[in-house]
Amino acid sequence: MKHDMKLALAAVLGIGVLAAGVADSAAQAEEKLKVGFIYVGPIGDHGWSYQHDQGRLAIEKALGEKVQTSYLEKVPEGADAERALERLARSGHKLIFATSFGYMDSVIKVAKRYPDVKFEHATGYKRAKNVSIYSARFYEGRYIIGKIAAKMSKKGMAGYIASFPIPEVVRGINSFMLGAQSVNPDFKIKVVWVNSWYDPGKEADAAKVLIAQGADILTQHTDSAAPMQVAQEKGILAFGQASDMIKFGPKAQLTAVIDDWAPYYVQRAKDVLDGKWQSQDTWGGLASGMVKMAPYTNMPDDVKKMAQETEEAIRSGKLHPFTGPIYDQDGKLRAKEGEALSDKVLLGMNWYVKGIDDKLPK
Amino acid sequence: MSGLEAFVLTVMAAATPLLLAATGELVVERAGVLNLGVEGMMAAGAVVAFAVALGTGSAALGALAGALAGVLVVLPFVFLTQVLAANQVASGLALALFGLGVAGLFGEGYVGQPGVRLEKLHVPALSDIPFIGPVLFGQDVLVYVSFVMTAAVGWFLFRTRWGLMLRAVGVNHHAAHALGHPVRLVRTLAILFGGAMAGLAGAYLSVSYTPQWVEDMTAGRGWIALALVVFATWRPVRVLAGAYLFGAVWIMGLHAQAAGYGLPPQLLSALPYLATIVALVVISRNRALTLANTPAMIGQPFVPER
Repeated sequence: MKHDMKLALAAVLGIGVLAAGVADSAAQAEEKLKVGFIYVGPIGDHGWSYQHDQGRLAIEKALGEKVQTSYLEKVPEGADAERALERLARSGHKLIFATSFGYMDSVIKVAKRYPDVKFEHATGYKRAKNVSIYSARFYEGRYIIGKIAAKMSKKGMAGYIASFPIPEVVRGINSFMLGAQSVNPDFKIKVVWVNSWYDPGKEADAAKVLIAQGADILTQHTDSAAPMQVAQEKGILAFGQASDMIKFGPKAQLTAVIDDWAPYYVQRAKDVLDGKWQSQDTWGGLASGMVKMAPYTNMPDDVKKMAQETEEAIRSGKLHPFTGPIYDQDGKLRAKEGEALSDKVLLGMNWYVKGIDDKLPK
Repeated sequence: MSGLEAFVLTVMAAATPLLLAATGELVVERAGVLNLGVEGMMAAGAVVAFAVALGTGSAALGALAGALAGVLVVLPFVFLTQVLAANQVASGLALALFGLGVAGLFGEGYVGQPGVRLEKLHVPALSDIPFIGPVLFGQDVLVYVSFVMTAAVGWFLFRTRWGLMLRAVGVNHHAAHALGHPVRLVRTLAILFGGAMAGLAGAYLSVSYTPQWVEDMTAGRGWIALALVVFATWRPVRVLAGAYLFGAVWIMGLHAQAAGYGLPPQLLSALPYLATIVALVVISRNRALTLANTPAMIGQPFVPER
């Protein structure tokens, strides 16, 4: 309902913009590249979808008159996504960003029907001639916060609020743990799965439970700032997720792993305008700026220095978070000494590293 | 803080919004009206409470404003179902979507701002008693309101003439009308009360539970409240028990997970609904019990004969 309304509004505004363009130069108005987005959450989530929308706004800012963007928010994964994509494609959008894993099959289907439309799918693994995929190596940031956690936790135990047991999230937990173990081999993690990307109340409950069970530092792979608020209230430390949450925890936030899609989105829109767009697979991290760290706060200088050095080492490629020896929970060797796990293994990760006391839900 | 104390406090926080919203909906349904729009009214209450709390610096004022927002947003539903005698299911679903949408639009400027937290009560000496202090004397005002309202609704429905009239309207509106009771007025007031309670439940989310505004922060609690009313077979005390049971099951699940038992999280999310189905099966086996408590006119529009 709501997206319908917003689209209608966007359409009305679009007509206004077009009318203005006509007065200017009719040809220019026609050449405008229409860029469409679909989001899984509301843009007001201040997390995942919010960050993608910041990328959309960056396109408008950078390319101004040459582009026109529109978006559909709260599009459920499944048949609705296909309808939403179809609608954008049919209404003349030549570049469409589908920003959630579960849109994957819908994107491939619709892309077949509209070969002249370019599609960009986030966090998936299916490509086509007119479908690019892109994702960010959030695990690089999670390795850094794992190290910080091990330094800052007095009890040697972190609470981890997780969403769904998919490779992306499992990879984050493992990377966090490997970072922590590099500082304190006996570090412990307690994991709670809230079965939602986004439910402030449940996330806050999970945070309180983890604190009650002895965690004195929190991290999350869910999208709301509620756990950060709980940490601030209870006087413990936490890491922000997706966007900088310092406002919610001025005394609690150590840093945050931030998704920054803007440079990639602007580049891809430019590529289409220049006729240089090609189907590709992008997995950007700290090096390409797709993953950023919020300022390091509420920690002593030596920890800050360690964090900055780790960040630099990952950025320059000197350090890969998943460098062996890595054992899984059953004691099986997954990566030999000095060897890093391949992207293929990382993308399909469905096992915990040694030392995590949780059973992975299947 | 002991583990048990932390557990009880978390359960209370999780149960309070459910209890507030379900108590309101119970009165609505007892009057023979099915309002499926609880989720939308909660969202409206949450955003307005957040905005007013931020603007005035008073979370209590915010909560009041949230209740008022619930009343305002339910007015179209009153018009549709009581004046035009429209289908209540369709109108209620429309209200759920409308409320969420309006709240999202209104709240766009408030995303990403920390809110004002409702202060917890502090009674000197009493609040410092271990366990009993924080649980009984250290809650915020909305928790006490939720208990008082449950008791008040129970008293009103079963101990007053007005309550009897409201129930009569819900059991047989033609008979109530023949007796001279103002069916549509009673229902309108009941719906407005339901709106205020749902608004208050939403306000609890945005000024106490998680003092922030983000779209969809109600996250399905309005639907759980609806299930809760059925689960409780339209009895206020059972609504109270149900809300705390749902809350306790959920928090226990989190504890079990954090302790490393590897419970499937999907099952946890489904538990309130499973419990409702089980309750329905159990009560439907007992015909007398079902008949005694079910408002027979639920969902049926009333058009007075001339």
